[in-house]
Amino acid sequence: MRTFVSFLVGSLFGLGLLISGMTNTSKVQGWLDIFGDWDPTLAFVMGGAIIPMAIAWRFTIGRKPVLADAFPPAPEQKLGRNLVLGSTLFGMGWGLAGLCPGPAIASLSFAGPGGWLFVGAMIAGMLAAPSLRARMDQRAVAV
Amino acid sequence: MPIDWIMGLVGGVLIGTAAAIFLLVNGRIMGASGIIGGLVDGSGRSDWQERAALIAGLFIVPGLAALAMGGSETNLTSNWAIIIAAGLLVGVGTRFANGCTSGHGVCGISRLSLRGIVATAFYIGAGGLTVVLFKHILGVI
Repeated sequence: MRTFVSFLVGSLFGLGLLISGMTNTSKVQGWLDIFGDWDPTLAFVMGGAIIPMAIAWRFTIGRKPVLADAFPPAPEQKLGRNLVLGSTLFGMGWGLAGLCPGPAIASLSFAGPGGWLFVGAMIAGMLAAPSLRARMDQRAVAV
Repeated sequence: MPIDWIMGLVGGVLIGTAAAIFLLVNGRIMGASGIIGGLVDGSGRSDWQERAALIAGLFIVPGLAALAMGGSETNLTSNWAIIIAAGLLVGVGTRFANGCTSGHGVCGISRLSLRGIVATAFYIGAGGLTVVLFKHILGVI
């Protein structure tokens, strides 16, 4: 049942990305391009997505998920190198291609070979991240 | 083009509704990079079915919808060097930051998570600077 719900969630997520135009890289780059022909669509997408989710978070108070034992615990609010450096690197890649992980998967079937290349490189980057992080941690200790 | 804004809002509500169902029913955060990352690096082995099913829906349904609409534009660059660099940056960056637009942006900001807000500020800032640099100064995208 949880697996079926997950499939449904992925389907709805993908439809939302397609309808909102977020699988179109020029709309994403158009939003980031504040000095060009600025396209505000992404702000509407973000706003539209945050509203139901904000209601859902309120709803979690004092309740339990339908098919699980507990809601995810409040994350530790630690701001550090990993968060700042990671988000900066991610933003650079996002700007370069106009793709982030969700839309990359959602558009994979119609983005042509470039879409597969992007997802392949993204997975390679994901697999490389832990060892890169360990190396940076070691260097930080040595200094 | 206001019709694009309305489609953006409608699509955004669908994305947020998907995230809300995942939270309220399965008790999980709908973060694309975390779901994919946990599947490819093995850290999410215990709940791989949920991850795989979500990715299957995310891959199949927009594909079918685009097919029904007679195709959908992606306008993805044909410069493979840019695509590879962008993919690597997105992969490494989202794993370092432990989240992307869906996890930090949609799920984080909506619970007023400081980490989500800071992450979003940094990736939007970096994305904006990258577009300015590579489009207007270097002219390669």
